[in-house]
Amino acid sequence: MTGANSFQVSGYGPERAGWTRLFARDSLARRLDWPILTAALALSLIGSVLVFSATRNRTEINQGDQYYFLLRHLLNTGIGFALMVGTIWLGHRTLRTAVPILYGVSVFLILLVLTPLGSTINGAHSWIKLPGGFSLQPSEFVKVTIILGMAMLLAARVDAGDKPYPDHRTVLQALGLAAVPMLIVLLMPDLGSVMVMVVIVLGVLLASGASNRWVLGLLSAGAIGGIAVWQLQILDEYQIARFAAFANPELDPAGVGYNTNQARIAIGSGGLTGAGLFHGSQTTGQFVPEQQTDFVFTVAGEELGFVGGGLIIFLLGILLWRACRIARETTELYGTIVAAGIVAWFAFQAFENIGMTLGIMPVTGLPLPFVSYGGSSMFAVWVAVGLLQSIRVQRPMSA
Amino acid sequence: MTNIPETGRTPRVQIRLVMIQILVLSLLGTLGGRLWYLQIREGEAYAKEASGNHVQQVVDPAPRGSILDARGVALADNETRLVVSASRTELLKMKDDGKAVLTKLAGVLGMKPKEVMEKVRLCDAETPQPCWNGSPYQPIPITDEATAKQALQIRERAEDFPGITAEPQAVRRYAGPGGSNTAQVLGYLSPVTDEEITKAQDTDSPYLRSDQVGRSGLERQYDKALRGKAGVTRYEVDNLGRVIGEAEADPAQPGANLVTSIDARVQRVAEYELNEAMKEARKQWDRNTQEQYKADAGAVVVMEAKTGRVVAMASNPSYDPNAWVGGISAKDYKKLTGKSSNYPLLNRAIQGQAAPGSIFKVVSTAAAVQAGYDFDGRYNCSSAYSVGGQTFKNFESQNHGMINLGRALEVSCDTVYYSLAHNEWKKDGGINPKGKPKDYFYKAAHQFGLGKETGIDLPNEVTGRVPDRQWKQNYWKANKDAWCKTGKKDGDYVEQIAYENCLEGNKMRAGDEINYSIGQGDTLVTPIQMATIYAAISNGGTLYNPTVGKAIISADGKQVTEIKPKAHGKLPVSKQTLAQMDDALEGVATRGTAAWRFGGWPQDKIPMHAKTGTAEVYGKQTTSWFATYTKDYAIVMTISQGGTGSGASGPAVRNIYDALYGVSDDGTINKKNALLYQPQKKLPKIQADGSIDSPKVGKDPAKKQRALQEGTPENNGADGTQQGATVGTPTNENRDTRRRRQGRRRRPRRLT
Repeated sequence: MTGANSFQVSGYGPERAGWTRLFARDSLARRLDWPILTAALALSLIGSVLVFSATRNRTEINQGDQYYFLLRHLLNTGIGFALMVGTIWLGHRTLRTAVPILYGVSVFLILLVLTPLGSTINGAHSWIKLPGGFSLQPSEFVKVTIILGMAMLLAARVDAGDKPYPDHRTVLQALGLAAVPMLIVLLMPDLGSVMVMVVIVLGVLLASGASNRWVLGLLSAGAIGGIAVWQLQILDEYQIARFAAFANPELDPAGVGYNTNQARIAIGSGGLTGAGLFHGSQTTGQFVPEQQTDFVFTVAGEELGFVGGGLIIFLLGILLWRACRIARETTELYGTIVAAGIVAWFAFQAFENIGMTLGIMPVTGLPLPFVSYGGSSMFAVWVAVGLLQSIRVQRPMSA
Repeated sequence: MTNIPETGRTPRVQIRLVMIQILVLSLLGTLGGRLWYLQIREGEAYAKEASGNHVQQVVDPAPRGSILDARGVALADNETRLVVSASRTELLKMKDDGKAVLTKLAGVLGMKPKEVMEKVRLCDAETPQPCWNGSPYQPIPITDEATAKQALQIRERAEDFPGITAEPQAVRRYAGPGGSNTAQVLGYLSPVTDEEITKAQDTDSPYLRSDQVGRSGLERQYDKALRGKAGVTRYEVDNLGRVIGEAEADPAQPGANLVTSIDARVQRVAEYELNEAMKEARKQWDRNTQEQYKADAGAVVVMEAKTGRVVAMASNPSYDPNAWVGGISAKDYKKLTGKSSNYPLLNRAIQGQAAPGSIFKVVSTAAAVQAGYDFDGRYNCSSAYSVGGQTFKNFESQNHGMINLGRALEVSCDTVYYSLAHNEWKKDGGINPKGKPKDYFYKAAHQFGLGKETGIDLPNEVTGRVPDRQWKQNYWKANKDAWCKTGKKDGDYVEQIAYENCLEGNKMRAGDEINYSIGQGDTLVTPIQMATIYAAISNGGTLYNPTVGKAIISADGKQVTEIKPKAHGKLPVSKQTLAQMDDALEGVATRGTAAWRFGGWPQDKIPMHAKTGTAEVYGKQTTSWFATYTKDYAIVMTISQGGTGSGASGPAVRNIYDALYGVSDDGTINKKNALLYQPQKKLPKIQADGSIDSPKVGKDPAKKQRALQEGTPENNGADGTQQGATVGTPTNENRDTRRRRQGRRRRPRRLT
């Protein structure tokens, strides 16, 4: 708890002493992972510019204010940043004790989506409309609670020193904990989020040291599940069409293949340095649908070119690299599992999101962490950054 | 088991974490690689696609320039019509491919549903006309003759007619001033094909999908100038087609006007007289074939002798050029291309070729002088000429005794030319010449411009043929197998000929050269070639490339590009010989074979020169040729299967001259009545606003001219001769020369 306390510096102590303490050896500021913070902030700010470029002409959604989305994206980033600060202040260990409450609340929220209070956006019934034009996508928070919940269960016996690895019962419990919200999200249906959650569960299991059998079992279960979903035609027509369009984008260039084609044209036309900010014809002409959210990467590709697109991938790389280090260097399994779960989450979501704009992954409705417009996603990823920082801050600097 | 103290990590977890890290970085590496592939390697292709994505072209078609006659009367211009068209893409979206809509449309337009469907189908190898050979993405015109009421019906019930539009559009109009038609000279338009678009893509005058392209005649020859350049405005648009970017505009450049040397009135007279002559010929009895003359085709060329400019050019049978406007109907297309109509699309003045008969004798005369024969020498015009058992008879076996070459032209004495050509053939070494034969008679033909195009500014001119040694060799090579197969020594006429050809068809035989000397045998010429030659005799020897186009004047009248007369050769005769030939040809008109047709002609005021020709064609009736000239004009007329030169074509040519010069039947000249006493020199004036100063053309100049010619009080006697022209006695003097083979029937000819 020392870390948390030392963060509350100013106010009472003398100003100078406060600053000194902040940057003193072993102080919080010294122990924060600055590369992660910088990368996350940079991605969010780049995102705000891209969102602005994508929406400044879209009068039908920006309510006549070309800065509408820009300001909201910055606001979301600010709130996200505050949530990160809060998370660090609370500390991931404190949150561990709060897992039952968090879990209960998030399951309740996603159940709420299934009631008439939920609303459908782009075929996914995964939103709750709030007053004031805000809307909430609870499945984003479920990702966090699944990580925290599973980590709590899996790490409990190991961190207590009872066992080197989680036993089968614990694994089963953890899987059950993850399965409940996943099934609910599947019912929405929000297949993209379910896919992310499956990958998160995989990452968590891998990091927990659970037996290889569980990992392999889960992989095969995922494969069988996928085939079953296909065979039993649980998928909606639009989802099948997206996969077909992924396999052959020329299939229906005006229909389902449209997104993919236009996205690829936008990115491809960017070349090395892009058309210049606000000068992309694909973006200005609004040829790419959902460009401020799921297809935000196309704005970077077209207007900033390989340099801009590469920068985003590079920043994500730094963030994930540092997160992996945090997972490897923390002393408790709990922290390791949480960090690994976040790595799995960010990595898969970023790969899927950018991959679909590049035409190497099928189209699903997943936001690009930090960059895409969207409050819920922004809040969730910043909370995750807070968790990573907390894990790093609270590990002893030296043995 | 064993906890590693520093991190509390078991090796299994540590290894797995490293695995995760590697996996994560390789995923990001994949993204980076793919990004490089799309943006750097394939970037250019995508950039192109992107620009195609957001640029919309709005095409502002350029109005096609008019084709004007020499005085500015429009022969072809544009008019606004209500065009009903169908969008194929819209129709195909419907369940029944738009059948219901088209049927309903047919009802409104008063057409048969089948007719409408045929118009919107696409042309391919198996689909007969009518069909659409333009782009399938372009609205297909169904009719351009919709009434305002029909257009309103369609527009007011737009929901009943999805994909159908009714809009005013500029369409080509062939006005036919004064009843003239000029069809083959003007040509016609049809929509551009995909192939042509691709071909012209990178040239300086690319086609637009909606373009009409000249397919024949002047429309084709001057297509580039007439077409102008369509205006294109490029807008940057968004995904819904809303304009977001600046417009890049290329204003339309209206097509230039083509001023021709055609005079609409003279054209009308020429067409009318040609047709009348053919009608008259069909009433005449052909004693050779024992049936009426068929007179199945004909052509006439009126040319300015001093420039080669074409004042009138008519070809019969003809057609209405407006049939092509707005897409041709199946019925019309069949009519225009069918054998039964005898191919009216052909411009027989430049595409019809036939043996010239005696009008060729000017060439032979020049050849004889070149070969060293004195023009004023004495040559035997016997009744027949025998070579190796073959007898070549003079026309009607007449015997004129010893005459000079001039008189030989006048009376069209075949035997004089037979003997000269035969002498030369013998001098050249006979059937197996040693060394290089001189071939004066063939060389002369080439020097007169025969056997190749005259270079007229109309597409697809044919060359005719000079049957010289080279040609015979090639022809024999191509046909000897067939000849040797069918040829029989004792068979019928055809088989005998084949037999002879098989043996020595590659060699110049005496008979070949003898027939050739009077324009028979395998010689072929076009009317335009003969007009060029007779104009050259008139103008002192210059062979001009005939031209129809006289000037190209920009739509605002500011830029005038004159098309200057161009010569392609000189007649191979000395001034003196030319003068002698000129005299002889005048003699033809005053006392020779054509004199009976120029009775009452004011010869002292307008010296007339003429040569008649009647060519034989195996298995057909004789071809009538009539070549004439004054100091300003040359007129050549031909009628296939029409009879003799002066007989069938004579009156028509006389009437055309009467109209040109305002000569009445009694020989008085009334310049007020003259259509074109002197060739039109001045170009019509085109105002800056595009309007054209042009005189009015009467309803029918041809009929008016006839009335004027006859209207003057009749003189005493049919031969009214105040004008002092010598009038030959028709009975015996009418002699068109023809080749005679031994044993063929004698055809006494009496024309009164």
